[in-house]
Amino acid sequence: MAVPKVCGIETEYGIQHVGGDGNPVTSSSLLVNAYVSDLARAGWDFEDESPGNDARGYAREGALPPEVETHLVNAVLTNGARYYVDHAHPEFSTPECADAGELVRFDLAGEEVLRRSMRAVDRVLPAGQRIVVYKNNSDGKGNSYGTHENYLMDRAVPFSRIAHLVTAHFVTRQVFCGAGKVGTETAGAPSGVPFQISQRAEFFEEEVGLETTLKRPIVNTRDEPHADPHRFRRLHVIVGDANRAEVSTFLKVGTTAFVLAMIEDDLFGPGDVVPANPVRAIRQVSADPALRTTIDLADGRRATAVSVQWELFERARKYAEHQGFDAVGGEGVGTDILRRWEQVLQGLETDVSEVSGQVDWVAKLQLVEAYRDRHGLSWDDRRLAAVDLQYHDLRPERSLFARLATEHLVDPADVERAVFEPPRSTRAYFRGRCLAKWASAVSGANWDSLVFDLGTDPLRRIPMMDPLRGTADHVEALIDQCSSPADLVARLSSGEREPRDG
Amino acid sequence: MAERELKRKQAPSTRDEPVVEEAPVPAGQGEKLKAELDDLLDEIDEVLEENAEEFVRNYVQKGGE
Repeated sequence: MAVPKVCGIETEYGIQHVGGDGNPVTSSSLLVNAYVSDLARAGWDFEDESPGNDARGYAREGALPPEVETHLVNAVLTNGARYYVDHAHPEFSTPECADAGELVRFDLAGEEVLRRSMRAVDRVLPAGQRIVVYKNNSDGKGNSYGTHENYLMDRAVPFSRIAHLVTAHFVTRQVFCGAGKVGTETAGAPSGVPFQISQRAEFFEEEVGLETTLKRPIVNTRDEPHADPHRFRRLHVIVGDANRAEVSTFLKVGTTAFVLAMIEDDLFGPGDVVPANPVRAIRQVSADPALRTTIDLADGRRATAVSVQWELFERARKYAEHQGFDAVGGEGVGTDILRRWEQVLQGLETDVSEVSGQVDWVAKLQLVEAYRDRHGLSWDDRRLAAVDLQYHDLRPERSLFARLATEHLVDPADVERAVFEPPRSTRAYFRGRCLAKWASAVSGANWDSLVFDLGTDPLRRIPMMDPLRGTADHVEALIDQCSSPADLVARLSSGEREPRDG
Repeated sequence: MAERELKRKQAPSTRDEPVVEEAPVPAGQGEKLKAELDDLLDEIDEVLEENAEEFVRNYVQKGGE
């Protein structure tokens, strides 16, 4: 049986510091620091200069304490997310979520954290300066930054099989989760393409590989499970765009969870739908918003991206009939994924404007074309590039996306709550609640452990090797009852209730 | 090499009424949509960064990931 597709999204945001010194690392640090300092002022105890919960050690198992010499802010938030500076960008990693619906909520909470950060840094910047954040994936000049998804997988499934079978989905899912882009920007891109479906597609140069910053592969092989390595794998997906449209995010994650579950269970998997040349195919699909381009399949057939998606959808529906929805978050969210998947494909097939409220690239293309018509602009007019860029501006007063009538899946009050409260369905609950209640006693917070400093030697490490342990069901009562972190650690050590797999 | 496209199976079984639901846009609806889009475009002219050329040129990012 496929393991539940616990999932998360890491987003590197574009950042523009008007009037700044031109160092994006400094600007990103200012931004993240401003947010964390505001929390401290509001009563959060982030323990002096190391915002309590530096988690730099997350990258290397058990590597604590944090590498403070990097001077980069690195906070773990009470909603279980990580907020930090990575390379030259502010990055928000959602907490682990149980399904696509929950992940949309926390992805939106990430946007809200960035919005609050902009307001916070605005209060400390000198007059004439401002920092603006964009949720996009490229600067239009050949530089890309990532939006990565993560999915929990069964370690027993050979990676080569996953890589082989998931490619068709990764090449074609952009038809409903591409963010859209005016023009092209890399040497390898086809010329004379006015508008692309995906921001990221043209940056991919390999089929499978370890890199993320150059020679980017469609299937990334990073093997860092942040969980029990004997039981789990974390599939690190670097091939997606950052989405503003909520349905695009929902489908990006939901359909991928389905396809991965099918591969894991070896049931109705896309065994005979394999692109012959994935790198060429992903670019071909991106370069044709008319959706007519066909890609070569390994068995000699040719197919449009939409027809490949129809094939995967039909198989997913059969899979659900056979296996149910346990692997994708349960019946409610599972049927919603299938329903929306079908609807969006029907729209794409008949009249793309039908899905302009659901699909980012369609919404953006409609906007860009209308603006172009009104002003009689050629496709290389910079105003169209400006419209493209400003679609992703996170400031409500400037965002063009925010002005469109797109479909919303999450109540704003729920997003608001997700800024502070963790999901109840994964180990992020344990992490978030402990930080909210005892931040000053938490000396390190990683994805798969919490380290408590109880004032007595040694530090106490609580492993969380199973992403599905440490949920509200497991530990809510325990955390509520404990009067101190020492009490919590003592009761966990006595085996009363373990957030980890025993 | 076979030049056959993957074909979707006929009308998915979850739907009782295969197509038909594409009712023609009611009279006036198209006008309304156009008016809405016009309003939106007016708004965009107001909020779009003043100097598009400079705005786009200055937006330079370091690669990430």
